[in-house]
Amino acid sequence: MKPRCHPLLSVLANPTVMAELDQAGWDKLIRQAGRAGLLSRLALLAGDQGLIEKLEGPIQHHLVAAKTLAERQRRAVAWEARKLDQALAKLNIPVVLLKGAAYALADLPAGRGRLFADVDILVPKSSLGKVESALLMHGWHGTQHSAYDERYYRQWMHELPPLTHIRRQTHLDVHHNLLPETARLKTMPELVLEASEPLEGYQALRVPCLEDMVLHSATHLFHEGEWGHGLRDLVDLDQLLRHGMSRPNWWDDVLGRAEALNLTGPLALALRYARRLLDTPVPNDILSRSAIDLNPLAWPWRDALFIGGLLTAHPSCRLAYSGLAEFMLYIRSHALRMPIHLLLPHLLHKAWTDMRGEKGET
Amino acid sequence: MRLNELSLDDLRQRLRAGLQLVTGPFTFRIVSSLPGIAQGLSKLYGEFPLSDEPFADFHVRIDALGGPRHFYHPQAQFWVDEYTPFKPLPRDQAFAMLEWGMNWCVASHAHYYLMLHAAVLERDGHALIMPGDPGAGKSTLTAALMLDGWRLLSDEIALIDRNDGLLYGLARPVSLKNASIDIVRGHDPQAILGSTARDTHKGSVAHLKPTTNSVLRVNEPAQPTWIVFPRWKSGAEARLTPHSRSAAFLHLASHAFNYSLLGQLGFQRAAALMDRCSCWDFEYGRLEEATALFRELAP
Repeated sequence: MKPRCHPLLSVLANPTVMAELDQAGWDKLIRQAGRAGLLSRLALLAGDQGLIEKLEGPIQHHLVAAKTLAERQRRAVAWEARKLDQALAKLNIPVVLLKGAAYALADLPAGRGRLFADVDILVPKSSLGKVESALLMHGWHGTQHSAYDERYYRQWMHELPPLTHIRRQTHLDVHHNLLPETARLKTMPELVLEASEPLEGYQALRVPCLEDMVLHSATHLFHEGEWGHGLRDLVDLDQLLRHGMSRPNWWDDVLGRAEALNLTGPLALALRYARRLLDTPVPNDILSRSAIDLNPLAWPWRDALFIGGLLTAHPSCRLAYSGLAEFMLYIRSHALRMPIHLLLPHLLHKAWTDMRGEKGET
Repeated sequence: MRLNELSLDDLRQRLRAGLQLVTGPFTFRIVSSLPGIAQGLSKLYGEFPLSDEPFADFHVRIDALGGPRHFYHPQAQFWVDEYTPFKPLPRDQAFAMLEWGMNWCVASHAHYYLMLHAAVLERDGHALIMPGDPGAGKSTLTAALMLDGWRLLSDEIALIDRNDGLLYGLARPVSLKNASIDIVRGHDPQAILGSTARDTHKGSVAHLKPTTNSVLRVNEPAQPTWIVFPRWKSGAEARLTPHSRSAAFLHLASHAFNYSLLGQLGFQRAAALMDRCSCWDFEYGRLEEATALFRELAP
C-alpha cells in the first residue's frame, strides 16, 4: 500500500501520471509540490511531455511560473559558481561543489528544476584558513554570529559558520567534512576530494563522483535534521540512483563505495525509502545487502519514523504521527551529531538563548 | 454567482468552509471565522464573482490566534496553506492583513507575468501606469481617477502578460493610508470605504471599494500607453512634464517584483512596454485639477 500524499508521490514515481490529473488533482499537486520545493522540477517534466500547453489557463500559468523560477535558479547558480571559481582558483586546491549546485552544474537529471537557497562546497580541512581569507577578500563574510555560535561551528561542526556575500546576499556553506567532527559516525572526506571530477569550464571547481553524490545526499538526509526538505532530498537520491543505473556494476559500486567511506547505514536507509516512496528500481539483493548491519527487528519502528518525517511538506501529506516523527527525528539528528556530554549543555544553551529572545544560528 | 448574492450570514458560513473569490486571473480560496473579514468582503467585494471550480490559485486562511493573548491582546494570523509569511497582527487589522496577504500571494508566485510595483488604470483601452514612491500620493490619485471614471486594474501590482505585453487587472480595493483616507472621502462623498485599521506598520489603513465598471470588466486587458510618476505637493498647480525614458525604465525595473527573476524575458517585456508608452512627471496639489487634466490626456 502506498502512503498518502497523493498525487505528489505518484507523480514523482511516474511523471506521466500528470497527463491524467483533473483540476482537483492539479489543485493538490501544485500545493504539495510547491511546499516540498518540487514544483519547478515537475514543471520541467510536464514540459518534456508537451503537457503544459494543453493545461487550463491558471494551471498552465503556475507551471510556466515554476519553470521560470527553475531557469532563474540555473542562471544564478552558474553565476555564483563563476564568482567562487574566480575567488578560489589561485589557491590550487580542489573545491568540490555539493548537493544542488553540483547536480545543476554537472547537468544531471537530479539538477533539473532543483531549487536551493545556498551553495555548499567541500574543501580540504588543511586549507580552511586560506579559503576563508580568499572568500573574505571577494566579499563573502560571516553574518552576526555570537561567540558561542562561532565556537559551535569551528570546534564541533563539519562546516564554517554560514557565509553571505556582501553585495549579492547569496549564501555559501564551506564544509571540510560530510559529518560533524563530533558525530559518532566517521567518514573520510579526503577520499571524496580525491575521487572528485573536474567541472568543465572551471579552474578550481569540481563535483563529487556519482557514487559520492549518492552517499553524501543520503548522509545529509538521514543525519541532519532538515526534514522540511526531506522529500526533495529523497527525490535527489532517486534521480542520482536512476542515473547511475546506465553504468555497469552500478549497484555494487555504490555499495562498495559506502563501505569505503563508512556510510553503509545512511545508504541502506536511502535505498529503502527511495524504493518505498518513489519506486526507485533498487534490486532486492542490493537492498538486503545494504542493510546487513542494521537490526532487522527495528524496521517497523524505522519505517514509521522516517516515512512520517519524509511526508511533512504539506498538510495533505502528513500522517497522523508526522509531528511526533519530526520531533523524534530532531532529537535523533542531534544525538547523531554529538555525544551526550556535549549535546546536553548545547541544547540547554539554545533553550536559554531562545527564551531570552536572542537569535541563535545553531 | 457574485458575492453580493449571499446574505451576510451565508457569507460567514461560506467563509468557514472556504469561499472562492475570483479577482481577475487569480482565484483565492479564503477560509475565515473572523466577523471583520466577512464584513470587509461584503462591503468591498460585492460584485466579485465566486467560483466553485475544484481549482484555486491560492488557499489562504485568516483567523484568530489562540493562547492567553486572546484575552488581553487578540491577534489574527494569515496562512497560505499552512505557511505564515507574516507575524501575527492585532485582530482589528485582520482585513488589512488579508489584503496584504493576497498581494503577497500574487507578488511571490505569479511569475507568469512581469510584475511591476505600480498602479494601473484604463480608459478607452489605454492603460495609465503609475509607479510611485511611498508618500508620493499614488494611491490617492489612483482612487480619485477611478472615482472619476477610469477603470481600475490594480493599485499595487501591474501584471504584464509575458506573451502579448498587455496589462491585466485584479480590480481589488485601493489601499489608502493616513491623510488620504479623509481626502478621498472629502473628494467624493459617494466613495465606499471599509473600516479603518489604526496603528498598522503603515499607519492608518482603509480600503476603497472598486467601481462596478472596474470589477465587471476586469478580464479586459489594456494597452500600455502612459507612464506617469505622480508627486503631490501642497498648493502646486497640476502639470505634466516629460520624464526621461531611460530613468523611467530603470525605476520600473528596480521597483519590479520579478524583473530580474524573469531574466531576458523581463528585459524584453519591460523594453517593449517602454516603447509603447510616453513618460511623464506629474505634480499636483488638488485632486479636482488632477482628474480634470487626466481627462484631457491623449494617447
